[in-house]
Amino acid sequence: MTPNIVILHPRDNVAVVLGAIAAFETVTAHDGETITALADIPPSHKIARVDIATGAEIIKYGEIVAVSTRDIRRGEWVHTHNLEGKVWKR
Amino acid sequence: MTEITGYARPDGKFGIRNHVLVLATVSCVTGVIQRIARDVPEAVCVPHAYGCGRGGRRDLEILFRVLPGMVRHPNVGAVVLIGLGCEVSSTKILMSPIGDAGKPIEVLNVQDDGGSLATAKKGAEAARRLLAQVAAQPRVPMQWADLLAGMECGGSDAMSGVTANVAIGAVADWLVGKGGTVIFGENTEMIGTAHMLARRAKTEQVAGQITDMIGRSERLTHEIMGDMASRVISPGNMDGGMSTIAEKALGSICKGGTTTINQVVDYAEAPTEKGLILQDGPGYDGDSMTGLAVSGAQIMFFSTGRGTPAGFPGVPVIKVASNSRVFHAMRDDMDVNAGVMIEGTPREAMRDEMVALMGRVINGEPTQAERHGMDVFTFMTVHPPF
Repeated sequence: MTPNIVILHPRDNVAVVLGAIAAFETVTAHDGETITALADIPPSHKIARVDIATGAEIIKYGEIVAVSTRDIRRGEWVHTHNLEGKVWKR
Repeated sequence: MTEITGYARPDGKFGIRNHVLVLATVSCVTGVIQRIARDVPEAVCVPHAYGCGRGGRRDLEILFRVLPGMVRHPNVGAVVLIGLGCEVSSTKILMSPIGDAGKPIEVLNVQDDGGSLATAKKGAEAARRLLAQVAAQPRVPMQWADLLAGMECGGSDAMSGVTANVAIGAVADWLVGKGGTVIFGENTEMIGTAHMLARRAKTEQVAGQITDMIGRSERLTHEIMGDMASRVISPGNMDGGMSTIAEKALGSICKGGTTTINQVVDYAEAPTEKGLILQDGPGYDGDSMTGLAVSGAQIMFFSTGRGTPAGFPGVPVIKVASNSRVFHAMRDDMDVNAGVMIEGTPREAMRDEMVALMGRVINGEPTQAERHGMDVFTFMTVHPPF
C-alpha cells in the first residue's frame, strides 16, 4: 500500500495526510503504521496518531504546535475545531 | 558543478543580471513609469506606493534604505531615476544615501522635465541608451561565496514545511557549505520557534537578538490583533492544513536549513557576515522579498503550496511548489516541483536538482516569474500615512 500519511518526527502525536482521506479509510505511513480515519480529512491536514486528552500538547515536527481543546481520539481530524495555539496563552 | 558567471561591480560584488532599472522616487509618477515600461519592456520598471506622506522616523529610515538599495543592487547595471520634484525622497535627497553606486544613473523630474509625457519620452530614451551601454559588459566567473540567496515562503500549505521548505533548506546548507550566504526573514513566521533558532546562534549575543526579535514580533502581533492573534496566519494557510502560527513557523524556518545562525540584520540591512543570516522583517511576501533583495540577495527561492506568482524586480525568484497539484495547476508560475518528495524523491536528489537549476539561473536562464514579468514591489511601513 502506497504511504498516504507522513510522520515528521517520532515524537509527534499527529501525522500529515497526503491526499483527501474519507472517514473510515485506513491510512498508512512509510514505516507501515496504519490508522483508521474517523472523519473526512482534507489534504495536508493532520490526523491523530494516538488518543489526545483535553489540554494535552499537539506535537508536530517534534515540537509543540498547539494544545487540544477537547478529547481527540486516534484517527480524528486535528485542526482549529479541537485545538488552540499556545503562543499567546502563556 | 558548472562554472557560475556574473557581472563584476566596482564594490567587489557580483550581479547575476545586468538590468537597467527605471525606478520611481514617489507614487505620483507611477503613470510615467508605466509608460516607459510599455515603451521599453527590456528595462526593469518599478513604480510603487511610497516616497512621500509618511513622516515617522522608522518609515523614513526604511524609505532611505530601500530606494537607494534598489539603485545599488548588484543585479542592476544602470539606473533611470524618475522623480516628481516636491516629494520627501526626491532625486536630490536620494543621491546622498545612494552615494557612489559605481554605475550610470540618469535623473529626471516630472516638474522640471516638461510634465509626464515628456518625462516618459526622455526616460524611455535614457533607458534604451543605458541598455545599449550595459549590453557591452561581459559575464565573468564568480564564486559561490559571492552569492547571497534569499529564502522566502508564501501562500503556504501544510506541505510547504514537509517538502518545499525542506528542499530549500537543503540548498541553503549546500550554499553555506560552499562559503556563500543565505538570508531569510519573516519574523511573524518564527513565532513559537525562538528556542530552536536561538540555540543555533553563533554567539550569545546573536541568540539574544533572535529571542528579542521573535519576542517583539509576538507582542506586536498580539497588540495589533488581540484575541484574534492566532488568526495571523491566512485563511488559505488554515484551509491548507495549518492550525496555528507555531505550526506554520516550524515549517517556515525549515527553509533556512540547519547551519549556525551567524548574524541578525535589520529589515533591508546588508549582512557583514557570511553563512546563514536572519532578517528582522515581516512575513508579508512582497515586503519580505524587498527586505531580502535590498540586503543584497541576487537570487531568491520561494516556496508555495497554495500557489503565488509573485516575483521581484531585477532579482530571479525560483518558485518551488510544495505539492504536485499546485505545480501543474500553476505550471507557468512554478520552476520546481518539490511535491515529488512525498512520492519518493529523496531530499538530496531534490537539492541537487535545485542547485543545478540555481546554477543555470545565475548564468542567465530566466525563472518563470522573470519570463512572465510577475514582479511585485512593496515594502514595510509601520506608521499610517498623513
